[in-house]
Amino acid sequence: MSASTSASAIEVRIPTILRPFTNGEKIVSADATNLAELISALDKSYTGLGERLLENGELRRFINIYINDEDVRFMGSLTATLKAGDSVTILPAVAGGC
Amino acid sequence: MTRYESLEASLGHTPLIGLPKLSPKTEAGKPAVRLWAKLEDRNPTGSIKDRTAIAMIDDAERTGKLKPGATILEPTSGNTGISLAMIAKVRGYRLICVMPENTSIERTQLLEMWGAKIIYSPAAGGSNEAVRVAKELAAENKDWVFLYQYGNPANTLAHYNGTGPEIFVDLPTITHFVAGLGTTGTLMGAGKYLREKNPDIAIIAAEPRYGEVVYGLRNLDAGFVPELYDASVITRRFSVGAEDSVRRVKELLEVEGIFSGISTGAILHAALGVAKECVDAGVGADIAFIVCDGGWKYLSTGIYGKDGDSEVLDGQLWA
Repeated sequence: MSASTSASAIEVRIPTILRPFTNGEKIVSADATNLAELISALDKSYTGLGERLLENGELRRFINIYINDEDVRFMGSLTATLKAGDSVTILPAVAGGC
Repeated sequence: MTRYESLEASLGHTPLIGLPKLSPKTEAGKPAVRLWAKLEDRNPTGSIKDRTAIAMIDDAERTGKLKPGATILEPTSGNTGISLAMIAKVRGYRLICVMPENTSIERTQLLEMWGAKIIYSPAAGGSNEAVRVAKELAAENKDWVFLYQYGNPANTLAHYNGTGPEIFVDLPTITHFVAGLGTTGTLMGAGKYLREKNPDIAIIAAEPRYGEVVYGLRNLDAGFVPELYDASVITRRFSVGAEDSVRRVKELLEVEGIFSGISTGAILHAALGVAKECVDAGVGADIAFIVCDGGWKYLSTGIYGKDGDSEVLDGQLWA
C-alpha cells in the first residue's frame, strides 16, 4: 500500500527541515508494523527521506523519532513495534533550554 | 540544621514533598503508587541550576581555570545564567550569557539585576544557536572562562553528589526517578547514583517539545546532543509538548498547591504516565520527580491565568 493513501493507519509528523521531501506536507501517513517498515514505506513515497533518517542502517545521531511521544531508541529503535492509530513524530535533536 | 554561613551554603537539601491528592488511587488490596516532588525552587536563586552553577565554578576555581576578576561565558536559556550571575556577583567575576531572544522577560530582568551581560542569539534554532554563538565567542576570546554546562562533568557530578543521594536518603523505596532533559546533567548524575544504589530504579527523561521555530535548523548536521549525555543511564524518554506541560502545571497548582515553572509540567506529565502504567499493572511505585523552579519567571507568558493558553508558548523557549 502506498504510504500516502488515506487508509493508512499510522500518522507521521514531519519536521520543517524534512518537508522538502514530503512536498511541504506536515503530516503524512503509512502502514507498517515496525519502525524499519515505516521508514521504508515513507522512502517509497517520498524518495530520499529514508536516507535523511538512517545512516549505515541505524537512526542518524541528530534524528529523534517518537512513537506516541516515547523515544524509539528506548523501545528497540528500528524494531520498535507499531500498530494502527499510533502517532509518530520525527524531530531533529536540539539543545534543551537550561 | 537550618543555619548557613552564606546564601551559597544553603544550596541543596531541598524538600521531597508527597502528593497525596495527585497520586493515582489504587484498588483496595493493591499496592500504593505514590508521587513525590523534589522542590528545587528552594535553592538560593530559585532553581535546580544553582547546583550546576556552584559545582562548575567551584571546579574551575579548584583547577585554577578561574582566577579572581575573570570573565565567565555561558550559553543559557535562563536558569543557569541566573544562578551563575548571583554567584559571579558574590565572588567577584564578570558574567556574559548567550541567551536565545525568545525567552520570558523575567529572565532578562533577573540576569541584569545580578549584573550579567546578555548577548542574544536568534530565536530560530533555540538553545542550539545559543550554544553555537557561545562556542564561537569562546574561541575568539581565549581569556574568557567557558564553563559550558552541556559538556562540563561538574554539572553531572553536582547531581551525582547532591540530588541523587538526597533523594535516596529521603525515599529509599524509590522505583522511578523522573527529570527534565536539557543539558542532561540531572538525569546523568542523579540517575547514575540511584542505579548504583538499586539497578531496578527506572530513570525517566522528560524532554520539552517546543514549537516549530526552535527546531528551525539550517540543516540536520546542526543538530545537537549534549556531550554529557549517556543513553545507557536512561530507561525511557518522553517528548512532552506545551499543551500537556501547561495542563500539568495547572493541575499541580490546583490540586496540591505547588506553583511550578513550565518545564515541571512536562516532567509531571511523564511521571503521571508512568504512575498510570503502574496502577494498571497492579504494582506499587514510589515515583520521585523534579520541580525545576517556581512559576515566577513565567508569569509574563500569561499561562497561569484562568484563560491562559499554551499556544502563547509556540515561539518561545519555555523550559
